[in-house]
Amino acid sequence: MNDMPKAGAPDGAKTASVDSIVEGLGGVGYIASRRIATAIFIARNLSKPILVEGSAGVGKTELAISTAQWLGLPLIRMQCYEGLDESKALYEWKYGKQLLYTQLLKDKMGDTLADADGLDEAMERLHDFGDLFFSEKFLEPRPLLKALRQEKGAVLLIDEVDKSDEEFEAFLLEVLSAFQVSIPEIGTIQATVAPLVFLTSNNVREMGDALKRRCLHLFIPLPDAKLEQRIVAARVPGIEDSLRRQLVAFVQMLREEDLKKLPSISETLDWARVMMLLHVDSLDVELVRDTLNVLLKFEQDIEAVRKSIPEIVRKAAQA
Amino acid sequence: MQETLEHFLTALRGMEVQVSPAEAIDAHRTVETVGYADRTLLKDALCAALAKTSDEVTRFDSCFDMFFSRDEFRRRAESAAIPGAPEVELPLAQLLLGGSAADLAQAMEQAANAAGAANIRYATQRGLMTRRILDRMGLRELEALIATLTRSDAPPSVALAGRLEQGRTDLFGEARQYIARQYELYARAAGEQLREEFLRKTGLFAIQQRDFDRMRRIVRRMAKRLATRYDRRRKHTKRGVLDVRRTLRRSMPHGGIPFETVWKQTKIDRPKIVVICDVSQSVAAAAQFLLLFLYSLNEVIQTLRAFAFSSHLVEVSEILENRPVEQAIPEILEKIGFRSTDYGQALADFDEEFMDGVDRRTTVIILGDGRSNNADPRIDLMRRLHDRSKSVIWLNPEPETFWGSGDSEMPRYRTFCHIAKTCSTVEDLERIIDDVLKSYY
Repeated sequence: MNDMPKAGAPDGAKTASVDSIVEGLGGVGYIASRRIATAIFIARNLSKPILVEGSAGVGKTELAISTAQWLGLPLIRMQCYEGLDESKALYEWKYGKQLLYTQLLKDKMGDTLADADGLDEAMERLHDFGDLFFSEKFLEPRPLLKALRQEKGAVLLIDEVDKSDEEFEAFLLEVLSAFQVSIPEIGTIQATVAPLVFLTSNNVREMGDALKRRCLHLFIPLPDAKLEQRIVAARVPGIEDSLRRQLVAFVQMLREEDLKKLPSISETLDWARVMMLLHVDSLDVELVRDTLNVLLKFEQDIEAVRKSIPEIVRKAAQA
Repeated sequence: MQETLEHFLTALRGMEVQVSPAEAIDAHRTVETVGYADRTLLKDALCAALAKTSDEVTRFDSCFDMFFSRDEFRRRAESAAIPGAPEVELPLAQLLLGGSAADLAQAMEQAANAAGAANIRYATQRGLMTRRILDRMGLRELEALIATLTRSDAPPSVALAGRLEQGRTDLFGEARQYIARQYELYARAAGEQLREEFLRKTGLFAIQQRDFDRMRRIVRRMAKRLATRYDRRRKHTKRGVLDVRRTLRRSMPHGGIPFETVWKQTKIDRPKIVVICDVSQSVAAAAQFLLLFLYSLNEVIQTLRAFAFSSHLVEVSEILENRPVEQAIPEILEKIGFRSTDYGQALADFDEEFMDGVDRRTTVIILGDGRSNNADPRIDLMRRLHDRSKSVIWLNPEPETFWGSGDSEMPRYRTFCHIAKTCSTVEDLERIIDDVLKSYY
């Protein structure tokens, strides 16, 4: 544990306290709850990855993007999918260049070895040649390796890790616990500065205990009305207060219905942007009906709330 | 302070939040970073480090609140010193007379730690523990003091004794409450575990209505464990068997030099399961848990069709999919249950309508006691089922010694089953379903 890279040296002041994190993220337009900020605080101080869970569209990915922007660190993003393997996540050899190198070597070899006396001397000279074939020069870094090799640290986003295979999850363990990777031909590469790692999961499958144990866990719930209003205000600047209140109240009430997919923050924001585009200053039934497909993504859901729209709009107007 | 955190971790484990030693170390490092001063910060930080699912977050929150709630000692009315009363030297008496609520709470805490209150396991220990705490605080000396004061006829002394008496009564109450909270934190979960252990081994018939909820929880948890175990092995790389075609294809960009080798893979099918349940009175309880188990496994089972019969057979998949099992079962029972069973008729019904759905990848699970009320058992249909399917598993709630007695056709049916087993507890259920899943991998 002693040779673990020290985290957060360059941005020490920024992540010095939970309040400064809330403030900092707010500065780049991400309204973080205290739980979120605390998780980042701990992650920075203990250099541990954060596993972010929550339903689609609550701002899991956005959190990583905003954090990178705020800390001024490069964001390295890796999208997981079934079949993702080391060669796409970690490193790949530059096969083409290796091929050229062998050709080069062959030509050169003739010249060098031409005047050698006997096989032994030829071998001796060959050894002096240096083993370049599997060296860092021919290494094509993929996201994980790239993140470890950033001089100033990085924000590494491993998106939708639940979609990856079991084997890949096991392979992540080394990266996440020691911030190092082993490349059989070269050896172990250790991060200079531990990156801040976010893993996001939609709970497609339950993550293994080993992975969970190595991570801090952060669950982002759907926001309450107050928080959501602040988020809308931050993300859709210029929206009128009364419209914003109605809009958020409407979405909040919609979440109480029995829906297949509850609208989350990203849908609220999209909807707010639509309202801005249409130059609307208050909700009315007709308008809501026409734009409901922005909020609800299933035909059955739209069908299910169609009847209660006037009622909800009326209540939202009073909010 | 380290000890406090350890106690908290114990309490968390009791509430079924998994805390491994590594996580305990994390917790200590977290506390080092954030300190104890800010309560919300401490809670959020520990929560991030320890609770790993949203369920655990809920449990963590309630545990944290309970653990770190120090009910303030009820404020006793400030009373002026009694003129002329003798000086008391006993620390406990001084506390009771003039100490603040916080001082008293702290004294009790110390006494409780010394008495090992966190080790409480059984409800019956509560009285003893309360007594031990009070003894450590100096109850005996206090009582002696009160006695002496009462005996000395001076009015101020008697008044003082009265006040100490009152203080002692209050103290008893506080100590009792304190112990009750400790019990809640450390022991309740242990009792729960004991109960679940017992239920796992109890015969499915013997389970009382009041334990059904708990049983369902157990079954769901078992199913979840199996599901995670089997969900992971969908593809299997055969090491050492080269996939020549795909290797050649991949080598094209490198001028035909096979830099990348591709190995052959076997894809693993998810199980197809057909369940046929006898829902006559004698088997209904077992059927409920079998169905609950299988329906909790939906992540790893490709298709699951359920049929129920007593005299006739009907498909019940739809009812089970649309309703929680606890509601669905009574509905099914109402529809077809409680009539005299006829296995032959049920098999005939199945053969007529649903036999087409059974193929070489289907596992058929039959749950029933095999008592056909002397009707024709239709062994020929059983043979057909056996030949068409991957395997036929017969679960019989009766112990094996009863098979064949009276109207039981079990020995004849058994010939055409790949597995015939007694299944009377949920542990049996788990084992058998584990075997079924294993057979697909």
